[in-house]
Parts: sequence; C-alpha cells; structure tokens
Amino acid sequence: MTAIDLGIPGLTGIPTTDEKQTARDYKSDQEVRWCPGCGDYIVLNTMQSFLPSLGLKRENIVFVSGIGCSSRFPYYMNTYGMHSIHGRAPAIATGLAVSRPDLSVWVVTGDGDALSIGGNHLIHTLRRNVNLKILLFNNRIYGLTKGQYSPTSEEGKITKSTPAGSLDHPFNPVSLALGAEASFVGRALDSDKAGLTSVLRQAAEHRGSALVEIYQNCPIFNDGAFDVLKDADEAQRRIINVVDGEPIRFGREGEYCVIREGFGLAVAKSADVDASDIVIHDASDLNLSFALSRLSTQDLSHTVTGVFRRANRPTYDDSARAQVDAAKAAKEADLSKLLHGKDTWTVVG
Amino acid sequence: MSTETRKLDRVVIRFAGDSGDGMQLTGDRFTSEAAAFGNDLATQPNFPAEIRAPQGTLPGVSSFQLHFADYDILTPGDRPDVLVAMNPAALKANVVDLPDGGILIVNTDEFTKRNLTKVGYDSNPLEDESLERFQVHKVAMATLTIGALEETGLGKKDAERAKNMFALGLLSWMYHRPTEGTERFLREKFAKKPDIAEANVLAFRAGWNYGETTEAFAVTYEVAPAKLNAGTYRQITGNTATAYGIVAAAQRSKLPVVLGTYPITPASDILHELSKHKNFDITTVQAEDEIAGIGIALGASYGGALGVTSTSGPGIALKSETIGLAVMTELPLLVIDVQRGGPSTGLPTKTEQADLLQAMFGRNGESPVPIVAPQSPSDCFAAVLDAARIALQYRTPVLFLSDGAVANGSEPWLIPDVDSLPDLQVEFATDPETFQPYSRDPETLARPWAVPGTPGLQHRIGGLEKQDVTGNISYDPENHDRMVRLRQAKIDGIEVPDVVVDDPSGEAKVLVVGWGSSYGPIGAAARRVRKLGLPVAHAHLRHLNPFPKNLGEVLRKYDKVIVPEMNLGQLALLLRAKYLVDAVSYTKVQGLPFKAEELQDVLADVIKGVSA
Ligand SMILES: Cc1ncc(C[n+]2csc(CCOP(=O)(O)OP(=O)(O)O)c2C)c(N)n1
Ligand code: SF4
Ligand SMILES: [Mg+2]
Repeated sequence: MTAIDLGIPGLTGIPTTDEKQTARDYKSDQEVRWCPGCGDYIVLNTMQSFLPSLGLKRENIVFVSGIGCSSRFPYYMNTYGMHSIHGRAPAIATGLAVSRPDLSVWVVTGDGDALSIGGNHLIHTLRRNVNLKILLFNNRIYGLTKGQYSPTSEEGKITKSTPAGSLDHPFNPVSLALGAEASFVGRALDSDKAGLTSVLRQAAEHRGSALVEIYQNCPIFNDGAFDVLKDADEAQRRIINVVDGEPIRFGREGEYCVIREGFGLAVAKSADVDASDIVIHDASDLNLSFALSRLSTQDLSHTVTGVFRRANRPTYDDSARAQVDAAKAAKEADLSKLLHGKDTWTVVG
Repeated sequence: MSTETRKLDRVVIRFAGDSGDGMQLTGDRFTSEAAAFGNDLATQPNFPAEIRAPQGTLPGVSSFQLHFADYDILTPGDRPDVLVAMNPAALKANVVDLPDGGILIVNTDEFTKRNLTKVGYDSNPLEDESLERFQVHKVAMATLTIGALEETGLGKKDAERAKNMFALGLLSWMYHRPTEGTERFLREKFAKKPDIAEANVLAFRAGWNYGETTEAFAVTYEVAPAKLNAGTYRQITGNTATAYGIVAAAQRSKLPVVLGTYPITPASDILHELSKHKNFDITTVQAEDEIAGIGIALGASYGGALGVTSTSGPGIALKSETIGLAVMTELPLLVIDVQRGGPSTGLPTKTEQADLLQAMFGRNGESPVPIVAPQSPSDCFAAVLDAARIALQYRTPVLFLSDGAVANGSEPWLIPDVDSLPDLQVEFATDPETFQPYSRDPETLARPWAVPGTPGLQHRIGGLEKQDVTGNISYDPENHDRMVRLRQAKIDGIEVPDVVVDDPSGEAKVLVVGWGSSYGPIGAAARRVRKLGLPVAHAHLRHLNPFPKNLGEVLRKYDKVIVPEMNLGQLALLLRAKYLVDAVSYTKVQGLPFKAEELQDVLADVIKGVSA
C-alpha cells in the first residue's frame, strides 16, 4: 500500500507499512552529541515521536542536511540520511526528490546554513515548489563555529565576531519564504511539542515545499534567545498562534486579536474592536500570510506561530516527471535512431 | 572560355562575415555537401563573445572554417586556401591567415567608405596593392543577389539577406559540390515561409550560375571522396557527441539520468541537446547556479540515478566543494568541463586546456578524481561513455575535460552499432545481513551503492570522515590515514587501457605526448615531419588520472619527450613529477588550437637536435 490510498497529497507515492512503529524505531545507534540542554534534542524527540504516525516505511524516509549543529540531525535518525555541505542541502534534496517519487525527503538546516551560505538554494527551492520538507532550526546564532552572529540575529548583537554589535538587519525567514511564494510556511517553538507536531504533520501532508521555522535555543552561545516566548505570562501576550479558517485571537482569554490596518495587520484588544473586524486566517491568501509574517518583530514582542500559508500549486518534481513520462509515451527510446539523426551517408568497403 | 578543372587532395575554406551574415549556416551547409560527397572533413566555427556586436565591426566578425580532403584528415586546417570575406571587417580580421597565392573572394558591396573607416582602413584594400599577393575575386554579391531575386517581389532588405547562399552557390560550383541537399535543406528550414525558401534557393542557384557563366573564374577544383572505413557516417560536433554519449550511458546502464546544470559557454549546448531527449529517461534541471546544479546531480546519484553536471572552468571552481563531497560519499557522478580561456571569465568563446590541474587538484584535502579527455569532436561519444563506466563502477565523481575546440568543431563519425557499446549495468546493494556502508569490493575498492528505499539498509553518509567499513563518523588519526590512502588507491587502481604509441617507422627517438583536443594538430604535425624523413612517435592520453599503466615505460623508451599544450605546461608538470622524465614543454595560450604547421617546426627542431 502507498500513502496514495490515504488521500494525503504530500505522501502520495510513498510506500506505507501496517507494522506498528514507535519513536524507538526512529532512533539510530549513534550517540547524540549536542550540548546538554540544546533545543535540538527536543526537536529530535518530537520528530521521532511524530514520524510513526505517518505509517511510512522507514526506508523511504530520507533526511538531508547541510552543516551546523542542527545539521547533525540525520545521524540520529534511523532512516536514510545525508549530512552534506554547508548550505547546499536543498539542492541535493531536489535531485533526490526529482529522481525518486517514492521517498519522503526532509531537509534539516540552520539559520546560517539556510539563510547565509544557502540563501540562494532556499529561495529557489521554495519558488520551484519541490516536494521537500525543510526544517529551519533558528537559534539566531552560528552554533557550530562557536558563536558568531547569524542572518537572523537581532541588530546590534554582541558576539565574538561583533564585539561592538552587529550591523546588519536580520531576515524574517517566514517573510523571505513567502516572498519566494513558498506554498507552505509554518513556525513553531522547539519547546512546544504539540504545536511543533501539528505544524510538522501539516507540512508532511502538504504536497510541495514546506518551510518550517523552528525557534531553537542554543544554551551555549545564545541562551534564552526565546525565553520571552517560553515564560507563561509573556507568551500569552506575544505568541499569536494562527489556525486556518479561525479568527486570530490570542492571550489567555483571547483578549488580543489581529485586525486590518492600512495595507497590513495590527494587534488590538478584542474588547476594543468589533468581532467582525477580527481577521480570519486564510492560509491560501498570500497577502494575508505575508502581512501576518510582518507582525513578528526582531524583539519578539509578537511572534506568529502555526501555519501561515498552505496553497496548492504544481510541484517541480511532479512536473519534471510528467514531462519525462510524456516524452516516453510520445517517442520510443531508440538509441540507434538517435545516433543516426537525419543526415547520414554510407561508405562501402 | 572553358574552365580548367584541377584535382586537389585537400582544401581549407573559411567563410567570414558579420555575425548577422549567416556564416555558420553557410559553413554548415558546405560541410554537409562535402560529407554527402564522401570527403573526410573537419570544421571549426569561430564566433564573437558578444551576441550582437555592432554591425560591420571587428568584434562582430563570425567565421567558419572547413577542411575537406580525399584522405583522413585530423584538423580543421591551419590556414584557409580560400577566404570568403563578406565585408571589410571580415577581410581585416582574417586576411592575415591567408597564405600568399590564396584565393580571396570578396563581397564588394560592403566596401563603402563608411564601412572601411569603421574598421580602420584608410584606403580601400580592393583598390590599392595590399591584396596583390592573393588571387582576388571581387564579386558584388549583394547586388547580384538582389538582381536575381527581382522577380520574387521580395523587398530589397530581405533579398539582400540571401547573399550568403549566393556565396555558397558560387563555392559549390567552384568545388563541384552536389546541390540537391542544400536546396532540400533550405526548403525544409523555411517550410513556414515558402517565399523566403524560394529566395534562398534562387540566390544559391544565382551564385552557382555566376561561376558557370561569367569568365571570372578560370579554374574549378575537385577533391575526390576519401577512402574511409566502411559504415554509416554522420557529421557531429563535440557537444552533441557528449550529449549522445550520456544518452547511451543511460541506456547501457539502464539508469535514469539527471542533469543538473547552469548555462555557460561553451557547455550550454549539452543541456540544450539533452533536454530534447527526455524519452530516454533523462531529466534536465536548469538550476539557480553551478553549485545547485552539481548538488542536484549528486542527490540524484544518491537516489540511484546517474547524476551528471555540465559546465566550463568557472563553473568547476564553484562545484569543487561538492565534487569533494562526492569523493567522500563515494557516489557516481559525471562532471563535464568544456574548457575555455581563463582565468576568471577569460575568453568565453575560445579554447584552452588550462583546467587540467584544477581538475586534478582543485579541491581541499586529498581528493583524487579520475580525469578523461576526448581527443576530437566525435571521440566525445566514446570518451564520455568511458567516463560514465568509471563513475558507475568505481562510485566516484569523474571529470570529463572537453574544450571549446572539440565542443564546437565537427567531423564525420562512424556511427557505432548500439549493441557493441559497453554494458554499464551495476548492482545496488540489497542484503541487510552483509551490508556495511563502507565495505569495499576487493577488486575495484568501490563501496556498495545502497539507495534509499532499500529495506534494512538505512544508513547515514556525509562529508565527515568515515570509519572504514562501517561508515560511522570517525576522527581517529589512524583511520583517517587509512581512508585517505584507500580513496587514493581506488582511483589509482581504475582500469584504463594502455596508451598506444603511433610510430609507423618504429625508429623514433622523440616522443610527442598530448592530451585532449590537440590530437588533431599533433597528429597532423607528426605526419608532416615523417614525410620529411624525420621519425617521431605520438602518444595521446585520454586518461589523465589515473595514467595508463604502461605510460612510464613508454616515456622512458625515448631520448626526448615533448609535450605541446594549450596551457603553461600542466601535463608536462604531472609527467615530470610522476615519472621523473625530462619532458620538454611546448605551450601556447592564444585561445586557438595549435596549427599543424607550427608543431611541425617544433617537432622537426627537437628531432634534429636529438640526432645531432
Ligand atoms: C563552506 C563552509 N564555510 C564555512 C563553514 C563553517 N561553518 C560550519 S557551520 C557554520 C554556521 C552554522 O550556523 P547555523 O547554520 O545557524 O547552524 P547551527 O550550528 O547554529 O545549528 C559555519 C559558518 C563550513 N563548514 N563550510
Ligand atoms: S552549540 Fe548551541 S546549537 Fe550547537 S549543540 Fe551546543 S547548544 Fe546546541
Ligand atoms: Mg544557528
């Protein structure tokens, strides 16, 4: 049986199994070597607990990563995996996805890997809509190289390489992905197992590129980067979790909401606005998704989580295969005929 | 007056004009006529780097040289016997190559004061003595073409554009070429515009009739068909032969091919060609850059396809890191470098063989990669097939070093019987009981190719150093040393055919060694010096890493070894280092192939020096 029978577009063509799987089945025999307390552990555990629910054959799952602490991820998964080179995982995974429709291909990357050295591959992969699930571990720092600022570090960041403060303006990865017209973009916190699992599931089920930004704590070089989102009280005020089709309210009692303002969106107190003015999330609306992404600020005074965008458009790999299939159906693969071409002459001995 | 017919054994014609004059098409057609007639031939186009350089200027000159003969020839010819110049710029750029007494056919219509000054002629060379050394034929090609097309009702501008076919008709008459093919070709090419098709056919005939009826040409020439090996032939360029070799590799390995690539001169035609042959299970991906191109190819290889990437020197620079990853992960990968003049952007449309050391050493760490180089346009087919064999059998990236001259040059190709092509099938690993990601085949030292989707073989690979056999990450010093040596031993042990020495007399004391596209000029020069009574041996390397096993022995047999290269002595450096032979380097880096004539002098000097 393949997942086509399950009617899940993102898993169509991938063989499934009836065998019961557990998180244990997804743990490899390699010792995990991240620093104690690293957010990467929680993401790994969440992933290992989540994958069994897809019911896929383990041998048909592949993790491809770049370079960075987070990119060690594939070694710890008992699936196929390639730990490649810095920034290039989306390109390598594209080659794999194009040639193998029967695989569930995941990319694991960091904020430096995906947005500095690999920025070009990331945006092009998203615009092509290759059927890949890209997990961007954003710790707002270069972990593996011991603590330089990254393209998501807040302006003025003091690090080893920027003792007087970093000068560059950071990327908002969700805005960037939406700018490339990614067909699926989500965000979750490493510590929020339920939220992360929900976004991962929707990403897996989506056919096309799915970018999932995961806020991940690096206790060694950027500890507490997301603490304001983890403190129960602060989180109520700051985290705006969006669900497709539902009005966007947040806070303990839903006392805050999102309304339209000018060409964008703004946060308001629910009590101050008419209920009909509260924006209803529509993940198929690119402009709305983009406006939502703009609510997230460098200082995390607001952070949107959940699935920003989920839209259907043809995937590059399906289309490439369709072209090959159409060519095969239209024309026999006759090598001798090809080599002869149109203009030959014969010399008799 | 009746014209005299002279028999020649070979002729070199160069058509030169403005980029917009259709010189490549004219040359192509004459080539097809020569091929249909049964001559052996070789061609070399030469076009400007700019797409639309200003009309009538020197940078806008485009030319096509064609050498045809009644025997097997090796090069497109050093110098033209006949130069057709469609405008002053074409004359100025090309006349230096025309030897004294050469035939010069000029389209006089373009020799206006304005056009002359544009290229820096103070006086009209058609009117002063500067061309006295040549047999000059002044033909008002544009006027005559327009006149011939008067009845068609075609506008003057459109009519004038057919003047290249007038030139072709005239040359076809001069050399007794068959004409049906060209007329058929024109009707097919312009099938959608029948009036243009007819105009071109009329212009072509007008050129022919001009030769036949005017008394301007006292002599015509005949070049008899060549005695080539029996079989069916076609004309083929190096890039097309490379693309076909890749298609053949797909067929003979029964694997899909994924080409990941980024456009660059002079390699883009490989992408263009392969993208037409998806019916052979070939996927072409035009990536966002060269790094993505090779990444896509490597990802496809990891998935069990034959990954191929094509580029030129600057692209190889970008791909280096991924080639290193392929060395480390030991996956098959075909990397095609159609070399051009460097460094940097260099001479995009010109040829050079200066990427040898980049191919050999241009990566971090000890990162050995096999290198295969084709020696002529048609040889690209067999050579790329052999590169694919090595990649698949030894699980390694292979560098294929073509170059601009080979890529765009063309020659007749004896089409091989498809069933005689090598079988490239390989087996994927399937047995979980015995599987170890980095165990090795005792003969080839290749590791198993275990593709995702195979039950029970889940494993992780990557760029970090591997523990021998298990493939787990290892920082152990002994293990690293062992793995570095194992990777090297695998490449050193690749089976490649012995190099064959061409020394008809068996008395040579001097050996000339070349590689890649210099085969033609070196071979032709060797023939010439032998005719002068000076024996010389020629060895040409297709395999540059590893070198053929007999190479050391061959080199040591001769008193002197000379190595001509279109670089500053890269092969010579390798030969000296590896075999401790005092190889003499002869180098030239003008962006142009060697001339047989100059190599003849170089060889003759060395040979005389040795016997003295
Ligand atoms: C070509 C190349 N350049 C630089 C490096 C060094 N390097 C390794 S990881 C890294 C940054 C990693 O940061 P990020 O992607 O955020 O991953 P993290 O370690 O934070 O998870 C750098 C600069 C490299 N391995 N390769
Ligand atoms: S350096 Fe930071 S990101 Fe890297 S493993 Fe340690 S805690 Fe995790
Ligand atoms: Mg980071």
